[in-house]
Amino acid sequence: MSSLDNLAQGDPMSRAGDAAAGARLLALRVPASPDRLRLVRAAVSEAALASGCSEQCVRDIVLAVDEACQNIIKHAYHGDPSREILIDVCRDEKRLVLEIVDFADPVDTAQIKPRNLGEIRPGGLGTHFIQECMDATEYVPPPDGAGNLLRMVKRIS
Amino acid sequence: MTCEIRHEGDVAVVALSGDIDLESSPKVRTALLDCVGLKQGVLVDMSEVSYIDSSGVASLVEAFQTARKSQTRFGLVSVSQPAMRVLELARLDRVFAIYDSVADGVQGAQ
Repeated sequence: MSSLDNLAQGDPMSRAGDAAAGARLLALRVPASPDRLRLVRAAVSEAALASGCSEQCVRDIVLAVDEACQNIIKHAYHGDPSREILIDVCRDEKRLVLEIVDFADPVDTAQIKPRNLGEIRPGGLGTHFIQECMDATEYVPPPDGAGNLLRMVKRIS
Repeated sequence: MTCEIRHEGDVAVVALSGDIDLESSPKVRTALLDCVGLKQGVLVDMSEVSYIDSSGVASLVEAFQTARKSQTRFGLVSVSQPAMRVLELARLDRVFAIYDSVADGVQGAQ
């Protein structure tokens, strides 16, 4: 899954987490459990607001992170709440870079596609929401010991 | 999240409030399918929904499809701005019957 074209400044997926590129706003490690998603949303919302994002921009970021975590809970961890998710939010001058890390087996990114919205059926909207809400998304090589790292970029507006 | 059900004539009004997410959407799904199963018209009051994700949307879609199969009316009422944004992202604002008020919905659903 990737929509990396047409961003105005440089490489949209370059990592903002190092000191030279930007400031870390948030680092969370949470159990992969549905009852922790409210906490994740609240923390990410505060970080985005503190960065100067508009209300709509904040809502989009929160939805994308929530959906990414849901995908991990349901598909990567198969509902096992003993597993963990890492959420990292960094800011450089004009954008937020959000990284979601799991410790599951590597996903086949070729299989991750948004579904046809012409089909009216329950489910399958999470990937579509992530792509609609963010300016760029990409799976990048995870750190040692991790399974997958989804990097999402949103221009601050 | 709260889910309160009241009846106005032959219509069940399901008032949702708060966050409809992966944790709470199973409760919403059950409530909506129970109401649809009674073969009543169902209106979902979404004026107090502060957040909805794909799992919440899936609950609405499943209830909508079940209602359609049983020729039962199903609509949404007073959809909050955050919820409407998500329905628009899913292109479902063009699929659901959406009413401005419960009164409008009751009139349309009977």
